[in-house]
Amino acid sequence: MVTRRELLEYASLSAVAAGAGLAARPLAFGADMPGVTATEIKIGQTMAYSGPASAYGVVGRVEAAYFKMINEQGGINGRKINLISLDDGYSPPKAVEQVRRLVEQDNVAFIFQSLGTPSNVAIRPYLNAHKVPQLFSATGASLLGDPKHFPWTMGVNPTYRTEGAIYGKHILATKPDAKIAVLYQNDDLGRDYLSGLKDGLGEKNLGMIVKEVSYEVSEPTIDSQVVTLQGSGADVFLIAATPKFGAQAVRKSFDLGWKAVRYIVNVTASFTILKAAGLEKSHDLITASYAKDPTDKIWSNDEGVKQWTAFCQKYMSASVIPDANAVYAYGVAQVLMQVLKQCGNDLSRENVMKQATSLKDVPVSVFLPGITVSTSPDNYYPIRKMQLQRFDGENWKLFGDLISG
Amino acid sequence: MSTLPTAKAEPERSGFIGWGRVGLACVVVFALVLPFMSSGYHLFQYAQVLNYAIALVGLNLLTGYNGQISLGHGAFFAIGGYASAILVAKFGMPYWVTPPIAGMVCLVAGFLFGLPALRLEGLYLALATFALAVAMPQLLNYKHFDALTGGSGGLQLAKPGAPFGLPITSDQWLYFYCLGFAALLFLAARNLVRGRIGRAMVAIRDQPVAAETMGVPISYVKAMCFGISALYAGVGGALSVTIVGYVSPDSFGLFLSLSFLVGIVVGGLTSIPGMLFGAWFIEFVPNYADQLTSSLGENAKALPWAVYGVLLIALMFVMPRGIAGAVTAMAARLQRFTNATKRA
Repeated sequence: MVTRRELLEYASLSAVAAGAGLAARPLAFGADMPGVTATEIKIGQTMAYSGPASAYGVVGRVEAAYFKMINEQGGINGRKINLISLDDGYSPPKAVEQVRRLVEQDNVAFIFQSLGTPSNVAIRPYLNAHKVPQLFSATGASLLGDPKHFPWTMGVNPTYRTEGAIYGKHILATKPDAKIAVLYQNDDLGRDYLSGLKDGLGEKNLGMIVKEVSYEVSEPTIDSQVVTLQGSGADVFLIAATPKFGAQAVRKSFDLGWKAVRYIVNVTASFTILKAAGLEKSHDLITASYAKDPTDKIWSNDEGVKQWTAFCQKYMSASVIPDANAVYAYGVAQVLMQVLKQCGNDLSRENVMKQATSLKDVPVSVFLPGITVSTSPDNYYPIRKMQLQRFDGENWKLFGDLISG
Repeated sequence: MSTLPTAKAEPERSGFIGWGRVGLACVVVFALVLPFMSSGYHLFQYAQVLNYAIALVGLNLLTGYNGQISLGHGAFFAIGGYASAILVAKFGMPYWVTPPIAGMVCLVAGFLFGLPALRLEGLYLALATFALAVAMPQLLNYKHFDALTGGSGGLQLAKPGAPFGLPITSDQWLYFYCLGFAALLFLAARNLVRGRIGRAMVAIRDQPVAAETMGVPISYVKAMCFGISALYAGVGGALSVTIVGYVSPDSFGLFLSLSFLVGIVVGGLTSIPGMLFGAWFIEFVPNYADQLTSSLGENAKALPWAVYGVLLIALMFVMPRGIAGAVTAMAARLQRFTNATKRA
């Protein structure tokens, strides 16, 4: 047991120590252009290199390789880009810690493409309080574009909600008497898609949705959900699921002989996933897209895709070429280059944010023709248009015009 | 488990200098001066170390002293964290009243979980608690709790500044805030294990039959031990959420529970101060591993956990009784040396 005397001893000791310590105050950080020297601009990022979302780690690796290429070509405005990309294991507390390290210790100019909705939401208050730009957060959650409350934070992906609305509009235009069944993942991703679909259909037509069924990421299979949805008599089926479950839903709906028009969300529409579901079972799926699919033959002579392939072979490896996440990262890195170009020599945080919010129709080599990046001080959704495509059993075939959500 | 040292492996007053007291005094001074020599980012890390240490002390009471293995303490950390966040965000309570409440919530949750768990021994208990850790993130994400928990989007909390107009930064204040709780809970744990209940806990671990014959109420002590252990984890979780300012189901993955187990083993089973080392390990070593592999080039990005694993194995070889065990052994050697010089 601790005696009273012992306690008193430590208490008095504590008082002395605290008094001595108060005299020395920590240094304040900050200069006009943190992270910028005559020869270098330092930027930071948290990325899921480990943990449940480590498949997305390729985003950070592609960006590091991209800036390496830029640096070999002489950098931008004579400055090399130094990307410090730290692992957060997809854990929000770790992301907060790493971002604080990037800002306070590594003294980065801004944060670029930190990955994941939870991590981005967690670091947002800190970055906004310190007026550090949080550019092009890698998530499609609609809550990341909120200039009124968080003027220093901007997402980049077309939001899941935008995409859902595009499906709603297309269903309304092509099949106004449709009976819609929706399978969605029970989290922000699934629910964003569902509310997007409702936005697209409009208040009056909500009755078109005859059945909504959700699933948890922990479930081994979603077969029973698909059977339930088919039983509703729907003739349109929206699959708002992540890859593993999307593939299961595609296969099951085909095996059941359910003759519905099937929409599958962009995050699950990559060729490798459809291959897992069975290509013949994926026939006539519809999805919305904004980036080129490097495996699609229609782009075999496309300058952008050629550059992408060459880049992979030189700086990454050929296995990365078909990876949609890698293509995405390459595209977003180009958008950042445009921001830095517009900044010129004024790389202060204010100006970086100012230029990031005044992008005008920036073309990106690996995005679909006509899809450009535009922002304004009150529009924090850089990519808002997508184009629909249908799977012909071998490739995605684009059809129709660009649609905005 | 019977090879573990008991709480009183070292003599109470060894020699007239009392290395233990000198050491403790140094730690106290260090802990109090630290915030005035560190940046905000480092203080955030140190505060996080303290929070982990609190949770580790709880787990150590259960696993080290009482011999019940839990792979699910991340779940109690999560319950404590969410309890605090919900009280602040939804009920408008000041953040500083929430850790005791979160602790009480976890005490009840832990006690109730401990009751059925009484029937489970060793590995079976480990599996049951493991299930708790696996289930927790999904329970937190359950859509009918959304109004309270914020679903997968989580809850955001404002970062508190220093109260009473104290001339210190928010980070310094939060460090002291966590330090205060840590000191209190470390002291309480020390008193607990040195008292009657502590002896009962160790007796149940080593000789359950003998303990029962001596009149120790085994079920009650075990369930209470589970409850107190959960209380510690809950307070740690509540403090952690306050300094992070955000909570979501992803904050409390399965890996957190495993880290806690790593922490108590590295720190030293049946050591209370050792938990500071354990917490330091689980907070900092992954970062060191990440930096080490970053210097190996971009393609080594997948390696930090391999490095972490190697470090862990190496540590267990060099210090089989954890860092606290190694420190104790070193202190004993030092004592023998001073005694020998005195005699000479």
